[in-house]
Amino acid sequence: MTHPVLNRRALLGASAAGIGLAFAGRVAAQSRGPANKLVVVIARGAMDGLSVTIPYGDPNYMPLRGGLALPAPGETDGALVLGEGFGLHPALTGLHALHGRNQLRFAPAVALPVRIRSHFEAQDVLENGGETLSRLDDGWLNRALVSAGGTRLRGLSIGAQTPLILRGDAPVSSWAPGGRVRGGDRIASLLQDLYVDDPMLGQNLARGLATEALVAMDGPGETIRRNDVQALGRATAKLMTGPEGADIVAVSLDGWDTHAGQRGQLQTRLTGLDQLIAGLEAGLGDQWAQTVVVVATEFGRTARANGTQGTDHGTGSSLLLAGGALKPGGPLGDWPTLADNRLFEGRDLAPTLDIRSVFKGVLRDHLGLDRAALDAGVFPDSGAEAPALTGLV
Amino acid sequence: MAASSTDAAVAVTRLGLGARPGEIAQVAADPRGWALAQIRPQGAPQPTGTFQTTDQRMTAFLAYQAQNRQGDRSDPEATRAARQAARRAITDDTSQAFLARARHGATTDQGFAERWALFWANALTVSAVKFDSGAFVDSYEREAIRPNVFGRFQDLVVAAEQHPAMLLYLDQARSTGPGSQAGARRKVGLNENLAREMLELHTVGADAGYTQADVTELARALTGWSIPRPQDAQSQGAFVFRANVHEPGPRTVMGRTYPATGRAAGKDQGEAILRDLARHPATARRLSHRIAAHFVADAPPPSLVARLETAWTRSDGDLGQVARALVEAPETWAAPPSKIKTPYEFVVSTHRALGVPPERLAPLRETLVAMGQPPFAPPSPEGWPDTAADWAGPDALVKRLNWARSAAVTGRTGDIVATANDTLGDRLSERTRLAVARAESRAEALTLLLMSPEFQRR
Repeated sequence: MTHPVLNRRALLGASAAGIGLAFAGRVAAQSRGPANKLVVVIARGAMDGLSVTIPYGDPNYMPLRGGLALPAPGETDGALVLGEGFGLHPALTGLHALHGRNQLRFAPAVALPVRIRSHFEAQDVLENGGETLSRLDDGWLNRALVSAGGTRLRGLSIGAQTPLILRGDAPVSSWAPGGRVRGGDRIASLLQDLYVDDPMLGQNLARGLATEALVAMDGPGETIRRNDVQALGRATAKLMTGPEGADIVAVSLDGWDTHAGQRGQLQTRLTGLDQLIAGLEAGLGDQWAQTVVVVATEFGRTARANGTQGTDHGTGSSLLLAGGALKPGGPLGDWPTLADNRLFEGRDLAPTLDIRSVFKGVLRDHLGLDRAALDAGVFPDSGAEAPALTGLV
Repeated sequence: MAASSTDAAVAVTRLGLGARPGEIAQVAADPRGWALAQIRPQGAPQPTGTFQTTDQRMTAFLAYQAQNRQGDRSDPEATRAARQAARRAITDDTSQAFLARARHGATTDQGFAERWALFWANALTVSAVKFDSGAFVDSYEREAIRPNVFGRFQDLVVAAEQHPAMLLYLDQARSTGPGSQAGARRKVGLNENLAREMLELHTVGADAGYTQADVTELARALTGWSIPRPQDAQSQGAFVFRANVHEPGPRTVMGRTYPATGRAAGKDQGEAILRDLARHPATARRLSHRIAAHFVADAPPPSLVARLETAWTRSDGDLGQVARALVEAPETWAAPPSKIKTPYEFVVSTHRALGVPPERLAPLRETLVAMGQPPFAPPSPEGWPDTAADWAGPDALVKRLNWARSAAVTGRTGDIVATANDTLGDRLSERTRLAVARAESRAEALTLLLMSPEFQRR
């Protein structure tokens, strides 16, 4: 069984503009805003929302899904009750426990502002925060860092490559298991001399070494076996704590494009997602109370099963929020139902909530971002179309 | 011959996989001719070694599948061992094939043909992230890609789409027409994964104006493209057309209607559509841009893209002519070296610079995994990413430094400044030359050379 693998596709912000030598020389006494933490998990490949927050109370769910339908609560391997006719996938036991402590919210039918069924275009829009398929080449999490004052909050991505969502003008770092280099030694400083005319290489190497030094600070730490997502979650949490810790973290999980043999694949992927969040919670300790984790995907999958026990590219999917900072409450956004005449283009779950509204609600109420900046800069032209949700934290 | 020696350094680094000792001097007499001579109708050279053909691999794959189905319930341990053995019969061969490909990259004197082949393998990505497609990734490269990279694009793309690696990777093999014989009997149906990526990633591109209806129509046309089943006769090859799952009737894709071709010839319907998509102007435009962006600059000069597109259109997609246009374009030689090498290019070019091909798979795999490019396993059908921002992030550079340090320890003896000159020729900067000369040890000098901007970029 393989677990979700760290995404390798994503992009990294390489803007050379006006960034000093990042973390290494930072003054420890510099004021850091509130210690609230945000983790954005991108489920790449189009996560099947109908299998994550299962609408077992909708009379059309079972007939539409056929062999892919998950059993109702109470049956063997049945959905885990969320209330209002929804249940969590049975692999999400950790998230279900969080739900019992009022630390889980969900939106059952969200989507991007544009209707596209290409993974790659849709992931670009999900990450750059655009209203349409524009070619914005920085990400909304990076613009959130800029909007927060550039250095008040720190950004970090997990994986060999930094995803588009964190690319941009604000300096960010990236980290993946397996580093051994000691920062601040002779080679590092000689290389900085070589990179005088190549600031992108110079700044990125400096940031990478600084992050690696942070990991090494309290000893060698645990060795992370490949596919041990829970250990990865704990290691990520370690990079978020302490005075140099990251405030905004992006993690990518691959493997959600379930065109065939969906049940087994989702069991594996969702177990990994559950373990990642369990690892974050364990590693963050007390700071879990000030944390929000967002799980989002580029689009959902067809309401009907296809011909190969899978589903094809669709529209609406679900979004999950987890974390100790959340306020209790019910589902976010309306349920469009799976009635034939309510399906988008006769085939997909119809979205009832713009995904940007959730992102904006978290950025405003959890990280203290300014409403005007959210409406205009972080999510351009989103004021009227996607007002920030209230009452999340 | 100052201009020519700069061109020689550009040729072997930008168009090739980096210089082996002495190579820049050899190429300097005629850098363009060096690249042009590698454009041959028979395609790109094959890595050395004996590996299973696609047909042989199919036999092993079907044995693995059969093993997975049967199993002896009374002896689960023996069943597990048998399954593992069947799996190993495949993965051992693909692993050795990857090592052979890396060794070929580290030793070939046809670096441009190799880069051109790797480019097309990535443009038409298959991946070992799924075991089933992973069983064929290497034979796909050898049989569908390499022989066709200097021929017509439509032939390359047909070979690629009909290879079991692609049919399994994008779930085509079991897609069934709901109105077909088999579809009428059982509750099975379409899988539109290959159809969508064929349009979006392999040919015209997402902005070419096709709709969901076009995707569905193409998916219907492709029904029947499949692989053998265990019970099928071994003689029919690795690509099988199953008439009984083919959706009957004419199909309309992007405004053109393709008549029903009759049960036996149903395979031709999908192929006719694919060949038209391959010859579509949007395909020429999109792939010309992708070639220029891969070889020259993340944001390539529009004049270069236009030259490639013209060569493509005039020759009706003759990739040899497109490769020739790339080599002959002044932009190819004039652009500053801004492209960051992919991890694979970085590792292979290091082996070339050191004059030592990789010997073992395990360390090669480990380092490529760390840098974000695990062997044969691109993360999505879009293939490996291809910009500086993708490959030179903070963590990626730390991992590159790790590798450079360990590679530097095994470096060859001799004058280290001569090695730097040999590796980068006229592209070696005075700053790097001085840093290498002043290093306190050979290992430090080599690490600086390998991590220098001019070695990281091409």
